[in-house]
Amino acid sequence: MTTSGTSAPATGGPNWQGFRSLSRAMFLGFVRDRAALFFTILFPVLFLLLFGSIYKSSSTPKVTVVEIGKVSVLDQARAASQGQLNKVLDVTRRASLATALNDVRQGNVDAAVQQQGGQLIVHYSVANPTVAGVVNSVFSGIVQEANQAASPRPPTYRLTTQQVEDKSLKPIQYLTPGLLGWAIASGGAFAAAITLVGWRKNKLLRRLRLAPVGTTSIITARIAVSVAVAIVETFVFIAIATTPYFGLKLTAYWWMAIPVVICGTLAFLSIGLLVGALAKSQEAATALVNLIILPMAFLGGAFIPLAFAPQWIVNVSYVMPLRYLVIGMQNVMARGEGPASALPAMGLLLAFAAVLTLIAVRVFRWDEI
Amino acid sequence: MTAAITVRDVRKSYGDLHAVDGVTFEVGHGEFFGILGPNGAGKTTTLEIMEGLREADGGEVTVLGLRPWPRNPALLPRIGVQLQATSFFERLTAREQLRTFADLYRLPPQRTDEMLEVVGLTSVAATRTEKLSGGQAQRLSIACALVHRPDLLFLDEPTGALDPQARRNLWDLLRAIAAEGHTVVLTTHHMDEAETLCQRVAIMDHGKILRIGAPAALVRDLAHPVRISVVSGVLGQDEARAIADGAQVTDDGVSLTITSTEPAPILARLAERDALAGLQVAGASLEDVFLQLTGREYRA
Repeated sequence: MTTSGTSAPATGGPNWQGFRSLSRAMFLGFVRDRAALFFTILFPVLFLLLFGSIYKSSSTPKVTVVEIGKVSVLDQARAASQGQLNKVLDVTRRASLATALNDVRQGNVDAAVQQQGGQLIVHYSVANPTVAGVVNSVFSGIVQEANQAASPRPPTYRLTTQQVEDKSLKPIQYLTPGLLGWAIASGGAFAAAITLVGWRKNKLLRRLRLAPVGTTSIITARIAVSVAVAIVETFVFIAIATTPYFGLKLTAYWWMAIPVVICGTLAFLSIGLLVGALAKSQEAATALVNLIILPMAFLGGAFIPLAFAPQWIVNVSYVMPLRYLVIGMQNVMARGEGPASALPAMGLLLAFAAVLTLIAVRVFRWDEI
Repeated sequence: MTAAITVRDVRKSYGDLHAVDGVTFEVGHGEFFGILGPNGAGKTTTLEIMEGLREADGGEVTVLGLRPWPRNPALLPRIGVQLQATSFFERLTAREQLRTFADLYRLPPQRTDEMLEVVGLTSVAATRTEKLSGGQAQRLSIACALVHRPDLLFLDEPTGALDPQARRNLWDLLRAIAAEGHTVVLTTHHMDEAETLCQRVAIMDHGKILRIGAPAALVRDLAHPVRISVVSGVLGQDEARAIADGAQVTDDGVSLTITSTEPAPILARLAERDALAGLQVAGASLEDVFLQLTGREYRA
């Protein structure tokens, strides 16, 4: 050791070395924290795997039908339709009328059919009006078709169908941005809140205040690490969702999701910053972040896609920053809209981040007292 | 040469509590200065005002010729601060921890290993700070405060929760640091620590400084009686009274003890009679100084 001044560190200019070392310290602290790693990365991925698998096959459920004895009208119609009818009907045979009717009553099957000569009898329940309607129209169609075939006269009217390109969202197309949005939201908010409260508690903030490194360096280091984690998470989500099993097809401007993710991370870091400035313990900070993020996940279109949500949720979602993160990503990743479609969402997220950061700076304390 | 630190009539209140109530002292360059007092005496607040963590309500503070408040970037690289709690980044190893602080001061990476060597932590460089012993963690936090070779080092209760062995080891380290020419200001509530380390101590209680001086001088000024004891039996009680000039003599069967304010002639006479077996001489300590100044028993 030598004495005074000989190695007085250079001052002035941004402290890049300090910024880099703070980022590295925060990054190492994060990847070595198994619980944080699980809840910010693995947990949302598990949700994606789970919900992706559940909703994968749920486009329109088939109508289940039980045949009592031989129902030749139905069998002929199925054979003639070249498999078209099998997409709608799931037919099984069951010997006894009593058990079949019981199954209809219990809701185990949607309809039971029997044929008595020229009469086709359909037993169904109206417990589910939609299914009842489908059962009715499918079987009246089958009977008319059969009558037509039996009649020598050519039909007066013919039905021609033409398929339109399907632009409705598949479950994986709203699940991916929704769950990713939630993951980024909770990851960002937790990271900022826990860091701030933890560092204030163990007095590291005070120590840093007496080191030649500005608040800006501390905050930008936190932002850099959180943004990096969010981007990694985005690629993990995309990698999983685009596997043939889940079948997400990324649209042309999917890469615009990256700036949306960055803006979203900033917005939720600012929530965490405010929580961290207010909360006195890490437990309180955790509870407060959960209290904010969890309802937002339901009301902001992350867990319940806004396309299927009741109107009141849609109305409420407009004040939820998570909505803009989810919609912004959805537009460019799944809906195939242009890069500009993400800009309003990005603007709103940034404005939100700016306002909350200003408030957080006002209530910020270095110390516990 | 001007003083390293000048504190003049500094005051700080929290509501009705006068934490620091008109404190004045100076610390010279290269001096090892202690602020001694029981918990709640105002030591830490005084230290925090010098460090620039708190603003004084009144009075004047100059540190290395600069004002520490508001946060003074010109001063920061020249002071080293070890805070009361061991304030570390979570889940970093000792080396990573120190490296991070070295980077904050824009130092080259080899400085980290140098510093680990100085505080004797090379063997645990790859250990996470959570797993370090109390003494090791305290050494690391001192290393973090010293890594940029500050002119002035502030230590807030550095041996707070350490076992006796670890305390002694840390004292050796602190003496070595002081010998390098750093100015050190330390707060402590351990009388023995102040006595053994500090060149001068300020005794503080209830926000005021009661007395400042070298520990030995403070004790000497007390004219407190000295207890001389030898093994019981080397000298009869009557003979002892004869050489003790009327001082108090007791014998509990283990030791013969003479309590006197004039110990020198008594010691000489004991030597003449070859009655020094098991000799112990216990003078007053800073604890007695505190007792005399406040009229109450010292309680850390």
